[in-house]
Amino acid sequence: MTRLCDAADVPLGEGRVVRVNGRPLALFRLPAGWYAVQAECPHLGGPLADGIAGERSVICPLHERRFDLLSGEPLGHECEALKTYPVGEREGAVFLLTPEPSEPSSRPTEVPAHGFQESP
Amino acid sequence: MFRSRELSLAIVGGGIAAQCLCEEVLKRDPGVNVTMVCAEEQPPYDRVRLSELLLGDDGPEALALRPPEWYEDHRVELLLGTRVDALDAAAPALLLANGEERHFDEVALATGSQPLLPPIEGIDKPGVACFRDPEDCDWIRAQARPGARAVVIGGGLLGLEAARGLVARGMRTTVVHLVDRLMERQLDRDAAAMLLPAIEELGVEVLLERDTVGVLGTERAEGLRFGDGSTLAAEMVVVSVGIRPEIDLARAAGLEWARGIVVDDRLRTSAENVVALGECAEHDGVVHGLVAPIAQQARVAAETLLDLPGEPYRGSVQWAKLKVAGIDLVAIGRHSGDAAAVDRSATTYRKLVVEGGRIAGAVLLGDTRGAEDLLAAVEAGEESAEPLARLAAAATASAADLPDSAQVCNCNGVCKGDLLAAVRERGLATAREAMAVTRAGTGCGSCRGMVKEIVAAETGGTEEPAYLCPCRRQTREELAARIREDGLRSVSEVSGACGTGRECGACKPALAYLVSEINQNRHREERGAKFINDRVHANIQRDGSFSVVPRMYGGVTTPEELRRIADVAERYEVKMVKVTGGQRIDLLGVRKADLPQIWRDLDMPSGFAYSKAVRTVKSCVGSDFCRFGIGDSIALAQRIEREWEGVHTPHKVKAGVSGCPRNCAEATVKDIGVVAVEGGWQVRVGGAAGANVREADVLCTVETADEVLAVGTAFLQYYREHGQFKERIYDFLPRVGLEQVEEAIFDPERAAALRERFRIARAAAGDAWRERDRPYHANQFGDLGEVEDPAAAALVGPPADGGIE
Ligand code: SRM
Ligand SMILES: Cc1cc2nc3c(=O)[nH]c(=O)nc-3n(C[C@H](O)[C@H](O)[C@H](O)COP(=O)(O)OP(=O)(O)OC[C@H]3O[C@@H](n4cnc5c(N)ncnc54)[C@H](O)[C@@H]3O)c2cc1C
Ligand code: SF4
Ligand code: FES
Repeated sequence: MTRLCDAADVPLGEGRVVRVNGRPLALFRLPAGWYAVQAECPHLGGPLADGIAGERSVICPLHERRFDLLSGEPLGHECEALKTYPVGEREGAVFLLTPEPSEPSSRPTEVPAHGFQESP
Repeated sequence: MFRSRELSLAIVGGGIAAQCLCEEVLKRDPGVNVTMVCAEEQPPYDRVRLSELLLGDDGPEALALRPPEWYEDHRVELLLGTRVDALDAAAPALLLANGEERHFDEVALATGSQPLLPPIEGIDKPGVACFRDPEDCDWIRAQARPGARAVVIGGGLLGLEAARGLVARGMRTTVVHLVDRLMERQLDRDAAAMLLPAIEELGVEVLLERDTVGVLGTERAEGLRFGDGSTLAAEMVVVSVGIRPEIDLARAAGLEWARGIVVDDRLRTSAENVVALGECAEHDGVVHGLVAPIAQQARVAAETLLDLPGEPYRGSVQWAKLKVAGIDLVAIGRHSGDAAAVDRSATTYRKLVVEGGRIAGAVLLGDTRGAEDLLAAVEAGEESAEPLARLAAAATASAADLPDSAQVCNCNGVCKGDLLAAVRERGLATAREAMAVTRAGTGCGSCRGMVKEIVAAETGGTEEPAYLCPCRRQTREELAARIREDGLRSVSEVSGACGTGRECGACKPALAYLVSEINQNRHREERGAKFINDRVHANIQRDGSFSVVPRMYGGVTTPEELRRIADVAERYEVKMVKVTGGQRIDLLGVRKADLPQIWRDLDMPSGFAYSKAVRTVKSCVGSDFCRFGIGDSIALAQRIEREWEGVHTPHKVKAGVSGCPRNCAEATVKDIGVVAVEGGWQVRVGGAAGANVREADVLCTVETADEVLAVGTAFLQYYREHGQFKERIYDFLPRVGLEQVEEAIFDPERAAALRERFRIARAAAGDAWRERDRPYHANQFGDLGEVEDPAAAALVGPPADGGIE
């Protein structure tokens, strides 16, 4: 796990840029949980962290293209998908969930459980 | 069939079923003599909306299904406060409570139901109430004491509504429920598990698996005792555990009965000339406790009474919507079957139930889009090989995709086809007319967006509503009403209550404006709902940097200001300094993190060049310098700018003041323009010279600068209150019509009220750049910095050798 910041560093409902090993990520704090995606819009490099977020998507502030924050998929346009990163909060800090097979139980549990599921 | 004289029909009851039948009969034969005999004191009202009486302070008249004069207009004899004591089914005749005996050709029983009182000790103590009619609401309103404890027995649809109402009255409220999950008749386990925290969030405590065995207290209710011996103190108990069909009259008359009055597929009871419908009737072993079947039953009953041919009644799909603000929940048909598809997120749950390969039900929680479509699918028993795809399709279904048979208004049983027929055959032009004629949208109101869309599509889109939130099909007007009624103070409160902005978020800035406008700027600010420009009070540029435009009142500056601007430009390596088309100076290419310090160094107020707000008031040099000048345009422009600055508007507002009709300030193409003329000032509105060009309309000519401000401010506030977000004045005026605006702003009383509201909003606004010292959030302008961690290499690549890329 890589510690990114204190949870309080990001106002609720907004995004901020954090650089990990030199790579900028846009980190969002939303009511449903934390999300991280590549910081630059694949369209023309707009700053996604400055975008308006929906429940689970963000709108680029420059030309209003929308992307899913969990899958990175473009929504309603043809841009490339965003790269997405698993993040979660524990004890007031936000972590990048780097794979740690040796101690899986230490993972934060607040990772939002989303997506389709089919029940019999 | 020929009749020698007009048919006489008695309807016993005055609920929704009685009213609905009355209208169905008169629609088919306006000559029928209808007498409605109703035990309640008020004319038929909408019981479904009863909880509104708990939430607000309205009286029962607010729920009236029809205005009182309707009955006279339709020659309906309405006997209020009159109980029918006996029915002679053979005659048929009614014995009224006042001793009068009346004979009729036919009788319809629509006696509804009574709340079920469980047989527990002490249930008849004072302090125990039901939740069925306006008297119950009156009682609850009178007894409710903020801070005191109330308990609701029953965690079903109505119990939860009652609990919400008690919380609204300030009571600490607990729901006790016998079963292990809320609303078990409508919800499966997973949905009920998601509903629970949502209910608790409203401030309602929930106790599941509590078997209430007694009411505590000697004189009056003081709490409840449960099967396991535990107790709960409360000074008010509301019982909502179910209904008991009101069948006493029918039973005494010898009609066949079981749980309800037994009826056949034509709604006939066991007696000739007597039909029954609504909550008192039992069809095919089922008593429907919801309003949706009533419309279908009324149609068939009317045909039976009038001896007209028609489709028989074959039962109804159960359908219910939880009418608790903040929770979107619709349950249709069955909640479980032999197969199901579920689409869930942290806050939404959508399930489609399949039984024997056919769609048999749906549970939509948190996101109820497509409910009409899915109800139609359940009613039609649509086959479904791919339920997940079907569920996704329903979410995006628009009015055009619905079949004519799809029920749009479930409260009043109006199908899409009925609406289209009304529009076509009666030549209706607006959704409002269509709603009045078909009654669609007049129940719980949740279908209004859909009704408008259908009517708009049919009438050629002339009335396509401008949705503030297109995802949820909510208009500005609907949301404004909701914000006012419920006293909502922030974007997230509105999102919570109405779902607005949850989906894509694009409408949040519009919602943020609406919330701030209605709360006169005393709202709770949530920057995440705003465009980046309004989070940091600067205009974002194509490379992600920002521009800074300080205010220069009327385009007038000083050497000191210019010096400070020059210093800032050098100190922060500003990429370009430019004189704008708005008579002021723009510093372009500034870093976000530098903004607060730049504002400090400039020591000038924000020009709001980045926002939907009052921007510039351009001015020419005017009578102080110009040889033609007849008015002091600079003084007036500066005064206007000072009085209006900092106030947000639906779209940007630019003004201009010219000292004579040569009009060097281009005031005739401004949103609000003022031109000095002999003897005073001409005030114009609605000009444009950007993407569109439009000459401003003349509003009036006044003598003094004070009057310019008075009329201008009233106009500005009118626009603030009525403009759609992102609707410039040049579009707003043609839409609402100049006349309507004039009516408001030239009426002394209304104008004074407008100015007063503006004054309050203005007092709460201010220079946005003050946030340099009092930021909205400690990290308002900052990012999060750098992290180096080899462990993150697999995800983001290895730490860069030479630092940042
Ligand atoms: C800076 C300025 C150009 C200049 O260097 O002169 C300017 C710059 C922009 N204008 Fe403008 N407009 C500027 C004067 C005007 C004027 C002239 C005026 O104000 O007298 C007009 C025509 C009058 C009008 O407003 O209609 C004007 C009509 C527009 C329009 C078209 C509006 C319309 O409905 O017709 C837009 C687009 C919009 O609003 O959606 C626009 C939008 C923009 C934006 C904000 C585009 C954007 O969203 O990023 C530009 C920001 C550039 C930047 O990065 O800072 N700008 N723009 C002027 C700033 C004036 C000021 O001091 O505040
Ligand atoms: C708080 C509340 C919320 C509800 N919300 C919903 C909802 O969201 N969705 C939904 O589908 N359903 C809802 N319902 C249920 C819905 O209101 C009922 O299904 C519907 O009102 C039943 O109408 P009715 O005309 O059959 O019966 P009633 O409304 O009970 O009307 C019967 C009338 O007959 C009168 N009457 C009875 N006996 C006599 C007599 N002997 N002489 C003269 N008059 C007599 C009664 O006084 C009464 O006025 C709700 C009910 C309540 C109480
Ligand atoms: S005219 Fe177009 S390019 Fe020029 S500032 Fe205005 S919006 Fe930008
Ligand atoms: S740069 Fe993101 S939409 Fe254009």
